[in-house]
Amino acid sequence: MISLDVWMRENPLTYVWFGSYAVALLIFAIEIAMVKHKRKITLQQVRLMRNAGDDTKTSISEEDSA
Amino acid sequence: MAINWFKYAAPTTFYGLAGKMIPWFAFSAAILFAIGLYIGFFVAPSDAQQGEFYRIMFIHVPASILSMFLYLIMAGYAALGLIFNTRLSAMMATAIAPTGALFALISLWTGALWGKPMWGAWWMWDARLTSELILLFLYLGFIALHASIDDPRRADRAAALLAIVGSVNVPIIYFSVKWWNTLHQGSTIKFSGTTMHVAMQQALFTMLAACWLYAIAVVLARVRSIILERERNAAWVTQLPGIADFAGGEK
Amino acid sequence: MKKSSMLDLLLLVIRRDLILAMRRRADVLTTLVFFVMVVSLFPLGVGPELGMLRKMAPGVLWVAALLASMLSLGRLFSADYLDGTLEQMMLAPQSLSMLVLGKMAAHWMVSGLPLVLMAPVLGLQFDMSVQALGVLILGLLLGTPILSMLGAIGAALTLGLRGGGVLLSLLVLPLCIPVLIFGAGAVDAISSGLSIVSHLSLLGALLVLALVFTPWVTAQALRISME
Repeated sequence: MISLDVWMRENPLTYVWFGSYAVALLIFAIEIAMVKHKRKITLQQVRLMRNAGDDTKTSISEEDSA
Repeated sequence: MAINWFKYAAPTTFYGLAGKMIPWFAFSAAILFAIGLYIGFFVAPSDAQQGEFYRIMFIHVPASILSMFLYLIMAGYAALGLIFNTRLSAMMATAIAPTGALFALISLWTGALWGKPMWGAWWMWDARLTSELILLFLYLGFIALHASIDDPRRADRAAALLAIVGSVNVPIIYFSVKWWNTLHQGSTIKFSGTTMHVAMQQALFTMLAACWLYAIAVVLARVRSIILERERNAAWVTQLPGIADFAGGEK
Repeated sequence: MKKSSMLDLLLLVIRRDLILAMRRRADVLTTLVFFVMVVSLFPLGVGPELGMLRKMAPGVLWVAALLASMLSLGRLFSADYLDGTLEQMMLAPQSLSMLVLGKMAAHWMVSGLPLVLMAPVLGLQFDMSVQALGVLILGLLLGTPILSMLGAIGAALTLGLRGGGVLLSLLVLPLCIPVLIFGAGAVDAISSGLSIVSHLSLLGALLVLALVFTPWVTAQALRISME
């Protein structure tokens, strides 16, 4: 731990950057990825629901058009 | 000109509006982050006492402010949803919670890193750090309660009540912790000068604005997913371009 | 037909819950045994130096009381919920807040009061002075009802949920922090020769606030959970 203290005082900017900013940006990146993933999953679900719900309807409409 | 604001309170219209606004918020957040980091690291001088370490402030302070305000905003939305029974408010409250919790986490992490060179210890039972930790617990309670109730309506209402009780408790908790701390004579981070350098202030405000914009963008993106999830049986959802195209394209 | 006043209703609910609790004495004892065990584990964990134990005692006793009161909260509404009594209570013309207050009071008598009575004995294990013990009891008397009342909100919100017990603690414990701070702080104050008036009056203020708001909030929470 003493070596860390020394290193920290010799390279304060590296400590600040990697210690806090990189971690904060990583957390932001993870959050953005989570939000994007959730959107993808939700869209898939909604499409599945729609397709499942549509099967009966489309078959009728196809008969109509034919 | 009279604008019907309630129009935007309906999930249907809000979904489209949010979709249009997200890129703008995200874009300006990215630019402000870049400007704020530039000012914070290249323009602002180093502090007489704290040297370069004080630069953690530019992320720590905005994250703390955001985590506290987001809790209040979340409780506000929760109260609106509970009293007026508006669907969108409850969804907004749910969408805000994870972002608020993450900001609380960032605030704790950076606070610990700031504390190490200043206090010589990663964690001090400083009033502000302790309150921040309790705030994180409150966020986690909200998220856990919402997640463990299957019926979305009950989940919204139960979590809303918890958020309101929590927000009433936050000032009591804050003052009790502060009082406890002064009794035990903890140390707090203080600045060497009475006034901050102008460049420090600029960096701080730019980063604060960037964090706000980022939070808004992420919350809006999350609330769009929640709206889709809840309204998946509604007619307007099935007519959305992305979904209708997909269904057509597969046939 | 005889119209029962609010107070009669309150007493009725308290008596009913107390009778029910007496029929399941094991539940009451479990809480108490848990409290005694947790407190007795601390000296084993940190070592037997009396100086340190004396310093830790108020905090340890308070935290143990907090945890023990969480333990019995799950049962506050669940039995009535399962056998349908709760539904009847909600349909009753009397105010639900009053019924809830009665249940809170009964819960405190069953799980809070034994802890208060047990605390001095455990305090002796930690070599606490008589004065400090007096303040500890006074603090617990003021504080444990608040724990029961805050806990009731959590119990109502998590009614009938899977994993309710852990979730309940997660929700309620952060809200109890001020009680812990002022309760343990009062004992610290008397040990270091300071005035305890501010601590105890703040605890009293919290108790009054809790008395005014929590029954109503719990009633709302029950309505949300039952609809």
